Amino acid sequence: MSELPPYMRPERSFQGLILALQRFWADHGCVILQPYDMEVGAGTFHPATTLRALGPRPWNAAYVQPSRRPKDGRYGENPNRLQHYYQFQVILKPSPPDIQQLYLNSLYAIGIDPGIHDIRFVEDDWESPTLGAWGLGWECWCDGMEVSQFTYFQQVAGFECAPVAGELTYGLERLAMYVQGVDNVYNLNFNGREDNRKVTYGDVFLQAEQEYSRHNFEHSDYEMLFKQFSMAEEACRKYLADGWADKEKSRHLMVLPAYDQCIKASHVFNLLDARGVISVTERQSYILRVRELAKACGEAWLKTQAGGQG
Amino acid sequence: MPDLLFELFSEEIPARMQARAAEDLKKMVTDRLVDAGLVYEGARAFATPRRLALTVQGIPARQPDLKEEKKGPRVGAPENAIAGFLKSAGLNSVDEARVEKDKKGDFYVALIEKPGRDAIDVIADMLPVIVRTFPWPKSMRWGERSERPGALSWVRPLHAMVATFGPETEEPTLVHFAVDGIESGFVTYGHRFLAPDPISVRHFDDYVAKLEKAKVVLDAERRREIIRTDAKNLAFAQGYELVEDEGLLAEAAGLVEWPVVLVGSFDETFLQIPGEVIQATIRNNQKCFVLRDPQTARLVNKFVLVSNMEAKDGGRAIVAGNERVIRARLSDAKFFYETDLKTRLEDRLHKFKDIVFHEKLGTQAARIARIEQLTGELAPLVGADVGKAKRAARLAKADLLTEVVGEFPELQGLMGRYYAQAQGEDEAVAHACEDHYKPKGPDDLVPSDPVSIAVALADKIDILVGFWSIDEKPTGSKDPYALRRAALGVIRIVLDNNLRLPLVAAFRRAIDGLLSTHSALINVDRLPVELLAFFADRLKVQLREQGARHDLVDAVFSLEGQDDLVLVVRRVAALGRFLDSDDGRNLLAGFKRAANILRIEEKKDNASYDGAPDEALYQLAEEKVLARAMAEVKAEAGRAVAGEDYESAMRAMAKLRPHVDAFFDKVTVNVDDRALRANRLKLLNEIRAATRAVADFSRIEG
Repeated sequence: MSELPPYMRPERSFQGLILALQRFWADHGCVILQPYDMEVGAGTFHPATTLRALGPRPWNAAYVQPSRRPKDGRYGENPNRLQHYYQFQVILKPSPPDIQQLYLNSLYAIGIDPGIHDIRFVEDDWESPTLGAWGLGWECWCDGMEVSQFTYFQQVAGFECAPVAGELTYGLERLAMYVQGVDNVYNLNFNGREDNRKVTYGDVFLQAEQEYSRHNFEHSDYEMLFKQFSMAEEACRKYLADGWADKEKSRHLMVLPAYDQCIKASHVFNLLDARGVISVTERQSYILRVRELAKACGEAWLKTQAGGQG
Repeated sequence: MPDLLFELFSEEIPARMQARAAEDLKKMVTDRLVDAGLVYEGARAFATPRRLALTVQGIPARQPDLKEEKKGPRVGAPENAIAGFLKSAGLNSVDEARVEKDKKGDFYVALIEKPGRDAIDVIADMLPVIVRTFPWPKSMRWGERSERPGALSWVRPLHAMVATFGPETEEPTLVHFAVDGIESGFVTYGHRFLAPDPISVRHFDDYVAKLEKAKVVLDAERRREIIRTDAKNLAFAQGYELVEDEGLLAEAAGLVEWPVVLVGSFDETFLQIPGEVIQATIRNNQKCFVLRDPQTARLVNKFVLVSNMEAKDGGRAIVAGNERVIRARLSDAKFFYETDLKTRLEDRLHKFKDIVFHEKLGTQAARIARIEQLTGELAPLVGADVGKAKRAARLAKADLLTEVVGEFPELQGLMGRYYAQAQGEDEAVAHACEDHYKPKGPDDLVPSDPVSIAVALADKIDILVGFWSIDEKPTGSKDPYALRRAALGVIRIVLDNNLRLPLVAAFRRAIDGLLSTHSALINVDRLPVELLAFFADRLKVQLREQGARHDLVDAVFSLEGQDDLVLVVRRVAALGRFLDSDDGRNLLAGFKRAANILRIEEKKDNASYDGAPDEALYQLAEEKVLARAMAEVKAEAGRAVAGEDYESAMRAMAKLRPHVDAFFDKVTVNVDDRALRANRLKLLNEIRAATRAVADFSRIEG
């Protein structure tokens, strides 16, 4: 770390933190991917996690994923909550025996010295009803703050993970606030520069938070969104149906485009939910509809090359 | 005799599972040892976040030899039957078997001698089975092996196992086995950060000592005491007092191997938030303790955190980090609280129209309207101001829609009170917002203010009647809507406040309320009676815990129309005292005798003798005297009961005793004269009837 110029140091620069994590996991053999180019609620939705967690092939990847939680928007007025934020996602399949130590080393790499901090693994079972997925693991605490989620995937899209993948998710803003010693996310130093060259997180995202909050809660065109949901759902099913190479369904040739529609449906549902146009009882049925898509995608994925067929 | 040391070293075990897991481990190992004939002297089990450990002392080095006789086929049975027998008994030929005789002829018997095995071998066979079948509430697979069928499943990845066996004075032997690629050994590891290197251990004693050196306190009880003592001392040193919290203490002890207690503080301005909100924030989210000023009993701006680290900087960074998180959390809480204060409780109510309480019982809004209606009807019966009680019922649930309660559901009710007070509600109304939930458990206080009582009763009766009406009653251990607690709550409120509340009428009012909005209800005619029977069961449990006899409760409830719990309890108490006296016991014996004779004769004759006896047919003085006494006693006891004076009623009953005794002494019931016999049976029946003035004696045991 000492050879880094000051503006690249993870405790001074948001982007420096991201780059340090990428560097760390690249050193450990991960494929460093770029964010998936669709709106998702969490890094887990990236096909590099959801789909790659299924099937027997080894897979190690790390990437930043912009994540959208329309309901968490606060018009830029809450120092901790955002409707758009970054997750850093690592997936290691099969989970290596020293995965906990690797994780701790990654914290060290971004300036968290376990000799002076209190790092703890606190029970947190993870479940995603929309993805039909669950796993066991922890929230990782540093001095009482949750800095990551650590999960051993047991099931994804309704299928057993064989082998099991380990998933690490770092909440980047929170982590950066911690290492930079900042209490308001908008005050994060984004580029690590000082004086007039300094760009803050607020400079980059405050306007977006305000605009999207207005959109998510007050103005999103829900009639269009309802249609989009149905269209995405239909398209997903159609692509899955069309993608089978043969009648025996021994091979699938078009999972990824179908899965895109599943992600789309999931995000549209989140927008509708934020807009408050889905009642409590309907909510459950929408979640189930997305889950059915995810399951069908998982089933098809297992019949592809990357899913382990041939 | 040798001892066993067994440790399972894994990634972090959830705090809430540790104690149970240690117990399960002990039970599984010791049960199997005993089953294998290895009776041990003692065993203790331990858990930390990263390990389960067990020591079993005084295990015999060998199993006892077993001798067993095995019965075989008859002499001359088909060859394959005999061959099978020889094989299963481990014999080479029939010459090695004995021949015995029974009624049907000769048969073979094999004497099988099973020499005991070395205990270490038995244990080596047993431990892997225990690991594989360990009853974790939730377990998982991991790593490369997880794709193989039969992969090990454990609470979190298992890394190492120590298993040694041997007498205290000697080098122990490795109990060698493997589970899914993990081999047992002598090696474990210390604290994750403070002493991560491998440690070689032998016996339990040096295991504990070496762990302690490696910054691991094995015993959860000791970790708890360290935290408790250090936390209290640190608080005291600052002139404050620890707000003790056993649940949090146990959890904190399950999150650390090496507890280091530190104190942090937060901005004093946060003390404007209600103390309960501060405590919930700090406790639930951060697992920290709060402190109070012993003089004022109010919280102070300090908290106690339990870390797992002896930090190089003395804990400065840890305290600073925790302070920052707590500041952010308290900012959220303060924001929630202040946001909540901006909306009046009644202005939240419209939202309940969109919230389903139960699919078949309608929305929360409908339920609140029912509670309000019923509260208004109950209020005069419990001495509450109707207007205030209805107001309280309207507002009592509104805090469910507030931000603070959304964040901390356990603060429901309490926040309702704060918000009601803040908007200037009458104190009785505000307190009812909190107290109508009470009693929440057997140790909780019972509301005593009439307004709170009215709302609490209406709330509970509505939920009971509602779920009864859709046939969702508690069954066995299943009681998802906590209906037993609701019924017991009603019972305690009624009894503790000495309320004269006929329950059946209250149930009917609640049913009427339901019927005004819902049509598809089942069995509402029988509902009050069935629900009352449920109350009788709850009351029985309650009284039994206080030492009363449950059969007496039955004896009172089986009289008609007993729905006034205060009277039921008084009657049960009087009955209990009466039955403890000689008069009571003898009268009961007389009653039982009369009832027995009647039962037998009525069955024999296939008739009942419940008409009035004919005075003209009395022949003996004892009959006449008994008849006269009964008439008097019935009238006297009846008057006493009507005046709710059960002691006098019992005393009146006692007067029957000599006459009943004399009747049985002198009078023969089963005489040949049919009319006379029938008349005497009718007289016996009068005894049964007379006692019903105070209780159904047939329900009384003994």
